[in-house]
Amino acid sequence: MDDPLATAHPDPEREPGVAVVGVEEDAAPAAISDEALIAASPEVFASTLGEYFAAWGRRIRNGESGALPVLAGLVLIVIFFQLEEPKFLTALNLVNLLQYAAIFVMFAAAEIFALLLSEIDLSLGYIAGCGAFVIAELIAPPVGLPWWLGILGGLAVTSFMGFVQGTLITRLNLPSFVVTLGGSLGFLGAMLVIANADPSAVGGVMNIDPNSPVYKLVQDNMSTGLGWGVLAVAIAAFGATQLMRIRQRRAHGLTTPPLSVTVLTIALAAAGGIVLLLICSANRGLGVGSNVSGVPWVFPFTIVVLLALTFLLTRTRTGRYVYAIGANPEAARRSGINVAWVKTFGFVMVGLVGGLAGLVYESYNGSMATDINGGQFVLFAVGAAVIGGTSLFGGRGKPLHALLGGIVLGTVFNGLGLMGISAQGTDIATAIVLIAAVTLDSLVRRRAATQGR
Amino acid sequence: MSTSESRATGQSLPAAGNGAGTLLQLRQLSKSFGPVRALTKIDLDVPPGLVTALCGDNGAGKSVAIKTISGLWPADSGEMLWEGKPVRLHGPRDAEALGITTIYQDLALCDNLDIVQNMFLGHETRRRLVLDEEKMELAARETLRDLHVTTVRSIRQPVASLSGGQRQSVAVAKAVMSQAKLVIMDEPTAALGVAQTTMVLNLIKRLSSRGVAVLVISHNLNDVFEVADRIAVLYLGRMVASGPASEFDRATVVDYMTSGTSGRGAGNGGGSAPAEI
Repeated sequence: MDDPLATAHPDPEREPGVAVVGVEEDAAPAAISDEALIAASPEVFASTLGEYFAAWGRRIRNGESGALPVLAGLVLIVIFFQLEEPKFLTALNLVNLLQYAAIFVMFAAAEIFALLLSEIDLSLGYIAGCGAFVIAELIAPPVGLPWWLGILGGLAVTSFMGFVQGTLITRLNLPSFVVTLGGSLGFLGAMLVIANADPSAVGGVMNIDPNSPVYKLVQDNMSTGLGWGVLAVAIAAFGATQLMRIRQRRAHGLTTPPLSVTVLTIALAAAGGIVLLLICSANRGLGVGSNVSGVPWVFPFTIVVLLALTFLLTRTRTGRYVYAIGANPEAARRSGINVAWVKTFGFVMVGLVGGLAGLVYESYNGSMATDINGGQFVLFAVGAAVIGGTSLFGGRGKPLHALLGGIVLGTVFNGLGLMGISAQGTDIATAIVLIAAVTLDSLVRRRAATQGR
Repeated sequence: MSTSESRATGQSLPAAGNGAGTLLQLRQLSKSFGPVRALTKIDLDVPPGLVTALCGDNGAGKSVAIKTISGLWPADSGEMLWEGKPVRLHGPRDAEALGITTIYQDLALCDNLDIVQNMFLGHETRRRLVLDEEKMELAARETLRDLHVTTVRSIRQPVASLSGGQRQSVAVAKAVMSQAKLVIMDEPTAALGVAQTTMVLNLIKRLSSRGVAVLVISHNLNDVFEVADRIAVLYLGRMVASGPASEFDRATVVDYMTSGTSGRGAGNGGGSAPAEI
């Protein structure tokens, strides 16, 4: 070899930012293309509040809208129901609506883990059913475990179900559609076996002790005073973490979203919490002299679960890998990610959160029965996730979507129920909402594709 | 000193005082698929800090060669020396462990993740169990600045919003982040316009000036002569010429690529491969 190797060695001490000869052509930042502006979330490019809203508007016009169209749709639905049925916007009905919606929110939050991975879990409904029966039987005589151990037991069972399915899907390379379709049937059978195992489950119904926290989760309320206290602490913590993050990034010389945007976000979160608490603190008692008020425990419970899932997905390595695999499994594999393990973990999370959905379901009913329609709950779970903005094609979605989509579904069911629409009519209306949401999702994708992405 | 800079220092030139000063050497490497001989006893030297262009017409064996080097297909016979020592690769992970990164034409980026997230994919920095976004963003910014990738406005924008050249830049920066010693690029300019091609070629020069060995697969001779320090030409699975780029001109390379020989008397630097036919 006669190459002049020595002259090609770089100087390791070279200062960063000092130009290398002949590479100055592209040093000036080019104008950003419209596609870039649309694809990035607003705070990426905006440095003032005005720019932020301009960026937001541009994204909405191009279908990359985030939560806004869902919220707009929700407002329209609410107005429609209020015009049709004046009882709709009462404290009693709104609280009842949100308690019911919590079931959909939990189911959707579970399904999101499968959808993000570009997979699907059709067995979710009966995973939840099995979990709910396990919890109900563990806390009731003759077993009589403490409530928290019962819940842990139920979640262990549902997580294991997810693990088994995830292992089959990843190790044997089977399509998740088929494995979980089989799982759906198998877990229905397993649920009936579990229900029959307990002699106190007369006619397939397990009643839950009204003094148990499992019953109280949905049925009982946090006192109004405690509710305000918790809200104040939550807003303070939320605001502090947001501002701390900004300060930390500033200290490192990194770009930050405009302060006004952060303040606005905190203010909106606070306003939402206050409105919810005002609704909850009104007297919802029906009889003369009866006084029911306060925040159902399931509200803070749902929010805490969603925050925990958000943390998992956005702040941990495994969460990052879930998104990477959903978008481009080959890229993830080449980056050294253990795709099979992360996918299995995703199905374990479907099982775990599905168990929580079962818990909320049985708490709402005050009992657990074998007539749970697990097949339909899967459809509602997928529907709520997609309505909220999660993509069916992987890599796009977040736990917040479960909240939005679950509330939309809950509202539709509640409103149609108030109007006295038959079950058949409700099914048809739900189908229309679902298909509209999936249409929106695929339109967004087509638009993105035609922009060359 | 930032992370990326110390990394850059750490990876500079392990081979400098090592044997022939060559990072990767292929000796008499052969690969067949059934009766088809894809590579016949090829020799190739890839020195650090230089850009080696591997040229050849369609079917010459370029892809087989890089897939063998990156561990996807094991060679049938012959030897592969890494930093002077013989190595056997049993899979892409072996190659990655050595410091070989291959950037295929599809770039292997996740559209839904931003630039920083893509650059660190699989090698995230964590504080306790939580992702340390600030540290990663600072290191990514440093590396991009070192590579003079300045056309992206925010490194927090998703890769979906980038142009082809910018995506190529992110893929290269990702290789740098993973402390690659040898970066193999498969037709890096194939789908790019003129301005973007210039940008990527400059990036390749900068990458090699950091001490990284770069092996570029290309049949665009404009690009090859623009960027390559060394040129190797494959013809029907044989290495028909290799040597410093200054010993070639366009016409001889075309001769070698199309007929496996050249009457113009150039090439064959170092005598590592006879221009046989």
